[in-house]
Amino acid sequence: MLGPGIAWYLGVGSAVFAIGTAGVMLRRNPLIMLLALELMLNGANLVLIAFARGHGSLDGQVFALAVMAVAAAEAVVGLGLVVAMARRKIEIDVDLLSRLRK
Amino acid sequence: MSAGNILVWIVWIAAAASCLGSALAVVLLRNALFAALALIGNLVSLAVFYLLLSAEFVAAAQVLVYAGAVMVMFLFVIAYVGWDRDIAWTGGPSWQTLGGVLTAVALLAQLLVVIALEATNQLAHAKHVSASFGDPASIGRLFLSNHLLAFEVISIVLLVAAIGGVILGAQSRRRRTGGRR
Repeated sequence: MLGPGIAWYLGVGSAVFAIGTAGVMLRRNPLIMLLALELMLNGANLVLIAFARGHGSLDGQVFALAVMAVAAAEAVVGLGLVVAMARRKIEIDVDLLSRLRK
Repeated sequence: MSAGNILVWIVWIAAAASCLGSALAVVLLRNALFAALALIGNLVSLAVFYLLLSAEFVAAAQVLVYAGAVMVMFLFVIAYVGWDRDIAWTGGPSWQTLGGVLTAVALLAQLLVVIALEATNQLAHAKHVSASFGDPASIGRLFLSNHLLAFEVISIVLLVAAIGGVILGAQSRRRRTGGRR
């Protein structure tokens, strides 16, 4: 395998995952929380594909595609919630959504 | 080191720099529109990593589905909601900020320690793979044989999410037009 070994890819994937974690915990805008969530999923995807290459098995790549589909589903529901908040004139701030019903 | 090896290292370092930089930009930028654009950069640099790991089909799907379709949806919603709202950090170094940063740093530290411990043992020897590793034909064959159940479950998940999105949008419209309770 040319270039850096598998461990380097795992390190970058872990760093992206950790940055995404920080984003989910620090930001209050649900749009940016969703973006940071996508970062976490993509960090995990990179690790999956790196392990697939390391073990010489395609199962990791198949599962990465599955994660991609689940991320799309999660984005649809999350963005639907944000649009519903905007339509009901609720301020876009997750701290105001601490209860499901008022 | 051969010339090809050096070339791959250069591409890898460029991709890693843009990947980590754009990931930090997603978290740190105040403007949601710019954060979404930074996430597109992150997705593209991850696609470069996928190409280096001989996952050609996943790289193509990443650019088409993720950086294309999903991010266009994000940008539409950001344009609808408005990106100039001034909601950024939780405000100063409160316990919430401190806890978030500490959690992320602890997570990263333990992941890196585990990877470093295994870096010279198991992770050092990547298997040799054939030229057809990661091409659409072999992935499709695997999806329709070994992982058929997962494939069907994913389609149901996507269908349910689409219906849920429609219901969320329709409900708020009915509430707006027909009197508030």
